[in-house]
Amino acid sequence: LFSKDGSLMFQQVPMVEIDGMKLAQTRAILNYIAAKYNLYGKDIKERALIDMYSEGMADLNEMILHLPLCPPHEKDAKMTQIREKTTNRYFPAFEKVLKSHGQHYLVGNRLSRADIHLVELIYYVEEIDPSLMAIFPLLKALKTRISNLPPVKKFLQPGSQRKPPVDAKALEEARKIVNK
Amino acid sequence: MESIRWLLAAAGVEFEEEFLETREQYEKLQKDGRLLFGQVPLVEIDGMMLTQTRAILSYLAAKYNLYGKDLKETVRINMYADGTQDLMGMIMMAAFKPPEEKEENIALIVTKAKTRYFPVFEKILKDHGEDFLVGNKFSWADVQLLEAILMVEELSASVLSDFPLLKAFKARISNIPTIKKFLQPGSQRKPPADSRYVAVVRHVLQF
Repeated sequence: LFSKDGSLMFQQVPMVEIDGMKLAQTRAILNYIAAKYNLYGKDIKERALIDMYSEGMADLNEMILHLPLCPPHEKDAKMTQIREKTTNRYFPAFEKVLKSHGQHYLVGNRLSRADIHLVELIYYVEEIDPSLMAIFPLLKALKTRISNLPPVKKFLQPGSQRKPPVDAKALEEARKIVNK
Repeated sequence: MESIRWLLAAAGVEFEEEFLETREQYEKLQKDGRLLFGQVPLVEIDGMMLTQTRAILSYLAAKYNLYGKDLKETVRINMYADGTQDLMGMIMMAAFKPPEEKEENIALIVTKAKTRYFPVFEKILKDHGEDFLVGNKFSWADVQLLEAILMVEELSASVLSDFPLLKAFKARISNIPTIKKFLQPGSQRKPPADSRYVAVVRHVLQF
């Protein structure tokens, strides 16, 4: 339905209707929301840091997103890759950022989208393997702090619009709809 | 695909380049801590070590006033840029696929260009009748689209035959002085990925 009436710019989802616009492309949507709600730093240099961190998080997130799609014989290898990248590439970088300035948020001593994306990612990692968090005390503390912010706390409660982890069946359904 | 070079060139910014030819160079770069996630590209600018291509591009676009005049223009520029990046990404990946899959891959990419991407941009130009994609002003989105057009034309020279406004757009943007200079021989523009390039990348990044 949406594909034919031109609502989806590149025939893809997600699509967000906001402020009279039909926005496509996840990153474009996130950039707009972050800027509109002042979660994007105070200047372009802070923004560059936020973008850099967020892009790294998106890369790890993508690996985790694909896990349910893995055929059973490839699952172990994928899990190993996720563990390895979390432990050796991504989480050490963010732990180091927090350690280097000792502040409560990743960038500019103020809540930004980077903190939200990271906490979302930490929740997914904990679902896969909680033991991975053991060597990242500052990330754990960030997760607690951000989870306690009223809007986040509300989102984490049952009945919110938060969705459960994707399972293989749901993914298969989604593929049938969007596959061309 | 070299969107960072394109944007720097479009903005008229001079830059120096350091190429990775060996695994050892790359490992040294990783060890000295300049790569946040151990990955390239890396751009050192304004005292920052910036990695992650999109972060770099957004910074440059904002710094050099190629990112629209307000949030609504910026989001459109982002949407259009992200779309062209998807298309160019497919072309980049095709270079790394086995030779027996190449023809099929190229055909698929050209089809996607002609049915998913180019019609969108042709319509945008048609709807507002302006010279540039967003806000009647040259922006990062125009640079990305030109790069994408040229990349697809390398696969299929006649791909713009059904897109008259894109043809005119291509000519117009190519004539902007900074772009014109970049398109000339002797500039920092790189040739399309060939088997030698693919071999070097595989060797340095080990995949």
